[in-house]
Amino acid sequence: MAISLNLNGQTHEVDAEPGTPLLWVIRDELKLTGTKFGCGVASCGACTVHLDGEPVRSCQTFIEDVEGSKITTIEGVNSDVSAAVQAAWVELDVVQCGYCQSGQIMSAVGLLSENPKPSVEEIDEYMNGNACRCATYQRIRAAIQRASETLEA
Amino acid sequence: MTMNTSRRGFLKGAAAAATVLYVGAGADGALAAGSEPTQLNPFVRIDADGTVTAIIKHFETGQGPATGLTSLIAEELGVSMDDIQFEFAPSDASKYNNLFFGQFQGTGGSTAMANSFQQYRQAGAAAREMLINAAAQAWGVDPQALALEDGMISGASKSVPLADFVAAAAQMDAPAEPRLKDPSEFRVIGNASVRRKDSPPKTNGTAKYAMDIHLPNQMVAVIIRSPRLGGVVAGFDDTDAEGIKGYIRAAVLPNQAGVVVYGEHTWAAFQAREALSVDWDFSAAEARSSDQIREQLLAAVKADPEYIVNKADQSATAALVDSSDKIVEKTFYFPLLAHAPMEPLTCTIEATEDGGILLHDGCQFPTGPHMALAQIFELPMEKVRINTMFAGGSFGRRATPTADYQVEAALAFVITDRSRPVKLVWSREDDITGGYYRPAVAHRVRVGLDDAGNITGWDHRVAAQSIMKGTAFEGFSVHDGVDHSSVEGVADGPYQIPGQFVGLTDVAKATTVLWWRSVGHTHTAYVMESMMDAAAKAAGRDPVEFRLALLQGGDPDQVRTAAILKLAAEKGNWGNAPDGRNQGIAVHKSFGSYVAELVEISGNAEDGIKIEKVTCAVDCGIAVNPDVITAQMEGGIGFGLGHAMRDEITLTEGVVDQSNLPDYEPLRIGDIGAIDVHIIASAEAPTGVGEPGTPPSAPALANAIAASGPRVTHLPMAENGVEFV
Ligand code: FES
Ligand code: FES
Repeated sequence: MAISLNLNGQTHEVDAEPGTPLLWVIRDELKLTGTKFGCGVASCGACTVHLDGEPVRSCQTFIEDVEGSKITTIEGVNSDVSAAVQAAWVELDVVQCGYCQSGQIMSAVGLLSENPKPSVEEIDEYMNGNACRCATYQRIRAAIQRASETLEA
Repeated sequence: MTMNTSRRGFLKGAAAAATVLYVGAGADGALAAGSEPTQLNPFVRIDADGTVTAIIKHFETGQGPATGLTSLIAEELGVSMDDIQFEFAPSDASKYNNLFFGQFQGTGGSTAMANSFQQYRQAGAAAREMLINAAAQAWGVDPQALALEDGMISGASKSVPLADFVAAAAQMDAPAEPRLKDPSEFRVIGNASVRRKDSPPKTNGTAKYAMDIHLPNQMVAVIIRSPRLGGVVAGFDDTDAEGIKGYIRAAVLPNQAGVVVYGEHTWAAFQAREALSVDWDFSAAEARSSDQIREQLLAAVKADPEYIVNKADQSATAALVDSSDKIVEKTFYFPLLAHAPMEPLTCTIEATEDGGILLHDGCQFPTGPHMALAQIFELPMEKVRINTMFAGGSFGRRATPTADYQVEAALAFVITDRSRPVKLVWSREDDITGGYYRPAVAHRVRVGLDDAGNITGWDHRVAAQSIMKGTAFEGFSVHDGVDHSSVEGVADGPYQIPGQFVGLTDVAKATTVLWWRSVGHTHTAYVMESMMDAAAKAAGRDPVEFRLALLQGGDPDQVRTAAILKLAAEKGNWGNAPDGRNQGIAVHKSFGSYVAELVEISGNAEDGIKIEKVTCAVDCGIAVNPDVITAQMEGGIGFGLGHAMRDEITLTEGVVDQSNLPDYEPLRIGDIGAIDVHIIASAEAPTGVGEPGTPPSAPALANAIAASGPRVTHLPMAENGVEFV
């Protein structure tokens, strides 16, 4: 079926079967590869994108359900919050292999957008669905706190 | 400072490369026109505009060589870290071999920095001398009067960018003995403010992994593998797949190990795979369950061992232990574990215009797949090329003795007409069920103590599935029947243990087993450090003091182990846990590095434990990139603790029970409260950091739990009586 997607501020006409995960349309059709495939079952968060500003797992979001929504991927984030998060990520050298990090950042931006000053417990709870096999968690936590500080300043 | 690399070996290579340049295209008129890059030696390229590129011979999976080896070049060449870029070396074992692996290019055993330290420094220093000599010649001054710093050549009242002398330097021979900086002159090495070179692309989504390859007209291939190891395809039916949009076709792999399903894109291939049915011939397949394997291993450590590891006398040790005042005896079991790198395995193969083959891969052991592909495609080595990309985690999985997934991709490609590139994709289910696990292992240890609480004898039996036997790497690790990777860290550890006997029994492999971050140390550190803790308690002695007493012999291993143990104890406030908390400590040497960790927990095994804090002390020789070392300790600790807490791979009649992350639950952000890493200052040659953080973590946790709860000897903890909150 033909679907019109609003992605990173642009409209794309794509042809995909109902039931196709948004993840594969983003990656294989639109060739935006910053959004990653890690598990396919909403268990790792590597595929996190924003749907109308809210983080969702694109591997379990189906193409027929997103028409009319605004989709944002790591390539399209562009706000004060995302700038602060990405700057903190670089400043603290959060990444190791890096494969999970687009998803971590998309979740972190979601967190700080709704809660600009999260406690450690709130960070741990919100970020629980984003796995990092390299275990960069200490720095993820610290970078979210750092971004929160810079946003406040 | 002790150095592990051969200076001579490198310089010959550099001179040869420079000679090639001198006569080759790179150094002729085109260069002077500024359009051709100048490769001063295999490890440094400087463009006519002065852009410096470090050529990285190791793959980057987060452990840091892209930053580390670039730092070495920047330091010795005299450019700032902001003014140097990196790229991955091609597959060429004659130039880019791991100096510890012979004629083999590859990353493993935490050797990237250790084997490259002198080599890359010399490359940077040689390039610096060539540039300075070129400037000295042009200016008619003594090279001694010139310096190169921050990319500027200065002296003789001049200061010009190095770019001005790239063309002239390219005409020169590499110096025979470039002068390396004295450590007191280091500005980049040891500088904690140096940032990772790969942070920006990995933070904005532009970093390219093998999973991100999209070649024009490519097909995506997924494979249906035998649910039991060793099963072969008897037939398949794809009727139900035929209607799936984007499904191309399916075929039996030439080795009968599976059915390859081709799709126009990943989702089509996944869906078609679901719709296909395959008949299997299981007559030669594994049919055991992991319960049986565990019983086999546990029985083996009770019997006499097959091999004696440390040339000791079994009955003499048994007699020493039996006649002791006290005997501490424990039996340990370690399950199979998957690596589960975040990026599922994938690689892409395409035919090139010159009749060759190009592999795009997050390639850990280039020489292995390089040789395998040359064989499969019946091509000379130079017709096979490898494009090494960022790898999304490995933990050992991307380096197999068989080049397993690259061979799969080659087989999936070789049976096509080769007009379309083939991208092989593993799903997470393929990964979890796909074999290649940390082997299951059992240990049984009996320690005797005299009435003063000193060790009298240590009887240690290991039963393991050998990683190396039957592989191309057997010669590296197996001697007199003993696979060193099954017992490393027991008899060869730093402790002076009286009356120690170590025996090993090999138990047949139930599945393909593979090195897994820190290899044998994953279980030997757990056993040694749990036993140290248990013996100290039985002796009524402090566990730190008990260990230090076994480290008094004065050899460097003991001195460094004792120092690191004391540092962790001091920084972690050993013996002074806040109310409601318990502490455990462990220390272990692996891959040349010494790491001690102190774990502090709250709660208890019944109601749930929380890991509040881990304090880590590490001695890895010269700390080239301190912040990368800290990160590797943090990651190694998380990897060790997460699996010890709750992960295992089990089999039921040869079929893996787990399938995806929900039943192979990774460490999550809330599992560890804080990690505090301390690096000891050292002038020794640098040693590994990718793996050594892992071994002491799980035993330190076990010791913290045992401080006021059960002694956990079978892993994972969550399946053996310990709750976590
Ligand atoms: S790929 Fe979507 S959550 Fe893992
Ligand atoms: S950085 Fe490797 S999985 Fe998170």
